[in-house]
Amino acid sequence: MHQPHKRLARSNYLPHPEVRAQRASKDALSGKSRRTIRNRNPARDPCHGYATNQNACPPDDGPAVVLLLIWMIVPLSMTIWYSFQNYNMLNPAMRGFAGFFNYVYFYTDPAFYQAIINTLFIVVGVLFITIVGGIALALLLDQPIFGQGIVRILVISPFFVMPPVAALIWKNMIMHPGYGVLADVSRFLGLQPVDWFAQYPLTSVIIIVAWQWLPFATLILLTALQSLDEEQKEAAEMDGANFANRFWYLTLPHLARAITVVILIQTIFLLAVYAEILVTTNGGPGYATTNLAFLIYRTALLSYDVGGASAGGVIAVVLANIVAIFLMRAVGRNLDR
Amino acid sequence: MARAVSTRRKWIATAAAWVVALVIFFPIFYMVVTSLKTEPEAIAGISLIPSGTFENYVEVQTQRDYFKPFLNSVIISLGSTLIALLIAIPAAWSMAFSPTRRTKDILMWMLSTKMMPAVGVLVPMFLIFRDTGLLDTRIGLTVVLTLINLPIVVWMLYTYFREIPGEILEAARMDGATLMGEIVYVLTPMAVPGIASTMLLNIILAWNEAFWSIRLSAANAAPLTAFIASFSSPQGLFWAKLSAASTLAIAPILIMGWFSQRQLVRGLTFGAVK
Repeated sequence: MHQPHKRLARSNYLPHPEVRAQRASKDALSGKSRRTIRNRNPARDPCHGYATNQNACPPDDGPAVVLLLIWMIVPLSMTIWYSFQNYNMLNPAMRGFAGFFNYVYFYTDPAFYQAIINTLFIVVGVLFITIVGGIALALLLDQPIFGQGIVRILVISPFFVMPPVAALIWKNMIMHPGYGVLADVSRFLGLQPVDWFAQYPLTSVIIIVAWQWLPFATLILLTALQSLDEEQKEAAEMDGANFANRFWYLTLPHLARAITVVILIQTIFLLAVYAEILVTTNGGPGYATTNLAFLIYRTALLSYDVGGASAGGVIAVVLANIVAIFLMRAVGRNLDR
Repeated sequence: MARAVSTRRKWIATAAAWVVALVIFFPIFYMVVTSLKTEPEAIAGISLIPSGTFENYVEVQTQRDYFKPFLNSVIISLGSTLIALLIAIPAAWSMAFSPTRRTKDILMWMLSTKMMPAVGVLVPMFLIFRDTGLLDTRIGLTVVLTLINLPIVVWMLYTYFREIPGEILEAARMDGATLMGEIVYVLTPMAVPGIASTMLLNIILAWNEAFWSIRLSAANAAPLTAFIASFSSPQGLFWAKLSAASTLAIAPILIMGWFSQRQLVRGLTFGAVK
């Protein structure tokens, strides 16, 4: 009489197999698998918890770590070293400790302010265009439309165009004041053609870079949008939320994380815009389109001022690291999930 | 009634999406069209119907030796991708399947190396390359591109490997599989799609990299990015030829890119958006 009941109780003692599977996969994801943590002392466990009766150990992350460590440390410490040195490649005999002279020199150079402001304008301008445009485009592409696959391909394409090609197409065939498409359109409308790179050099660079990055923002926001629960949307619709309300209270919060990631990743790349400037304006007219990256290149390889360029490099690294800290936090949070 | 409204909505959305898509794609389309025009036609004002000459493609080769930078691009991007994979597969593997307490820190640190702006190390890299004779060599560029993309490759592989359930490995081990057996029969078949898409993305990134490849190369090792950038100065208004060279330069990557949209999101956001 009691026997079946007892057996039932005992089988209940172990978690349900599904629960066990869930726990196991959760452990594996969070990296604290019971199997691998068995032996905590790495010196006594060269095989990361794998059974030791096997002759071969599993692969190691050593080579990758060592290589990246070298790549990280050697050039960067050289940059820091040179930034405190008097070193011009045109006059290699005149070398010596410069103290903070290079930083002061770089800092008091009027071009430096202009470069910082231009860098800021490029980053903020492109971010604004790509985020706003990207959200609008992602919302549009998320609708049921005919030929969705082709539309997606058309929209994503600019991202795969190498920067020199993108810049040259825009400079010559689109924005050229004499023969460009935009000039033709203005003349057709009876307007004076705009000489883009003479009148609005920085804006032109921003437009080109934004064209390249808009697909990236769109693609990532669209991916995030598609993970939004259909039922939630329907429920909101049923409850009488109009489009604006649904966008503000449901879609935008859902996209917040993706938007953060897009902003941070793009900022990293936008701080370093280079080829687009090189082939369109070469930093000019004057310093009108010289950003920090381009100014460092000018100082290093056109003025041969190793010390000055290195000081600029250190400043660029510091600026990028400020952004990087926030990005790492956003990505790191994802690792814990 | 509701159905009629939604069909109308679909048509409106379709029209809007197509207009926007065509505007965004227009510069690329116009480049291809221009590449099929004669030089006088190319600057004769907007026209979407070219005379259909392939002369520019021939002349890009005969006058500017297009094949050389193309070959450089292929060698450098494929080479750096394969080397990066060889280094990254064991690393991502050990981090995904036998993580230690430091694994997360190592991953984050690898990501942080990607944040280092190239200009920050332009001077030392240039001097190192100059002094070791690596300047303007394919080997030098391959090494730099390998290092630049290594963090992305490790991360992408890691996110793919992590999705392979550990229970399968445990089951194989219980059934007596050796490490080699585990690798060959269990893991490799499951990891191949992830490795393939990682490879695809990395080739795209290496192909389009335009800072180091322009600055560390000259006539010898110049890949297509440097080749096209140098087109701007001497060729002046030879737009049809420029378009032909550009079309050839982006075509292979554009096609690869179309096939790797999803992987792109994952790779470029370091798995933060999937």
